[in-house]
Amino acid sequence: MKKLDEVIGEHPFFAGFTHAQLELIAGCGQLAQRKPGEFLFKSGQAAQHFFLLRRGSVALELDVPGRGPFRFGTASAGEVVGWSWLFPPHQWQFDGRALDEVGVVQFDGVCLRGKCDADPVLGYALMKSFAGVLVDRFLDTRLQLVDVYGRSS
Amino acid sequence: MLPQPWRVASAVRETPDIVTLEVTPEAGVDAAAWQPGQFNMLYVFGVGEVPVSIAGGTSGRVLHTIREVGHVTRALGTLGAGDVVGLRGPFGTPWPIAAARGADILVAAGGIGLAPLRPVIETVCRERNAYGAAVVLYGARMPADQLYPDVYDDWRAQDIQFEATVDHADGDWRGNVGVVTTLVRRARFDGASAQAFLCGPEIMMRFTAQELERAGVAPDRTWVSMERNMQCALGFCGHCQLGPEFICMDGPVFAWPRMRDLIAVREL
Repeated sequence: MKKLDEVIGEHPFFAGFTHAQLELIAGCGQLAQRKPGEFLFKSGQAAQHFFLLRRGSVALELDVPGRGPFRFGTASAGEVVGWSWLFPPHQWQFDGRALDEVGVVQFDGVCLRGKCDADPVLGYALMKSFAGVLVDRFLDTRLQLVDVYGRSS
Repeated sequence: MLPQPWRVASAVRETPDIVTLEVTPEAGVDAAAWQPGQFNMLYVFGVGEVPVSIAGGTSGRVLHTIREVGHVTRALGTLGAGDVVGLRGPFGTPWPIAAARGADILVAAGGIGLAPLRPVIETVCRERNAYGAAVVLYGARMPADQLYPDVYDDWRAQDIQFEATVDHADGDWRGNVGVVTTLVRRARFDGASAQAFLCGPEIMMRFTAQELERAGVAPDRTWVSMERNMQCALGFCGHCQLGPEFICMDGPVFAWPRMRDLIAVREL
């Protein structure tokens, strides 16, 4: 059975990380599962984790009073979900709900923030990876706003 | 080149504003062989003529999927079995499917852009062993806007990685939500060898091509199908000119590097 640092080392999110860095990060992580319909996180709750998806899909939703959940995105195996743990007030802004059997590596954000503060090289590497995720999500959102398949296109 | 009479064999309503017409040649009409990626000019007598991609069939039974956006396409949408249309074609450059033989193939379609790519997918299904991994990524606005939903499982059964996404989910949709570029990041294929075929709104093709380049697909192995105001289909009238290219004659299928800089020019 693979050790956790080996598991996360195979994930593209951690491409370029040294073995020592992967060991440090893995020390804040654990394998976890969610059943279909279970929440990984809910809006308003303290954001203490982020998730590296190994299998299954997660719906990213915002509950709109009177309308129910509005799904604005999905994340699948190979992707990373959650960055609210990085920035104050460390609170989830949206809901993350398992669409099927989901397997994740769940990282403790408080533990990781402590290690990043103590090791700025590790912190910079992690920030670079998260910045890449944020840029992708930002671009995706802008394209969604363009409504390229709208009736006038 | 005069329109020849073809008869509508069937008209299938795909979505509230998209219809697929199957047409067959009238007696004495020479039905030329077509290749995936080419288009025909369909003429509604007394109304006008429009270019429509070939969405499948054979030389004697041709499918056209039409989105009703103007008076001619709306007139086409009213046709039913037994009606006659004028047809000129086929015109234009085909998808270079042969170049992908032995390699991975990635198809990315947006909206009605799936129609001209359907013959590519069906070719790969028929000759599945001639290709490596085969990926089809399809983006639509809403679940109800998806074309040909009944064939997706057939494609998957032929070892096609078919993934669909919608920009806006509704109702019971349990699939992907997000733009089609997100699917490129999740697809399993060898970027170093893959040939990619894209069709959809230009903005969708532009960002998909960029995402493919990140995944290792060289720009000259990415092909796009362009749509402009094609009227004569013979390179005479100039309505479809885009920079130095006539879309009707030099295209509609182009290697991405020939279009990359042109479609970014606002004035064109």
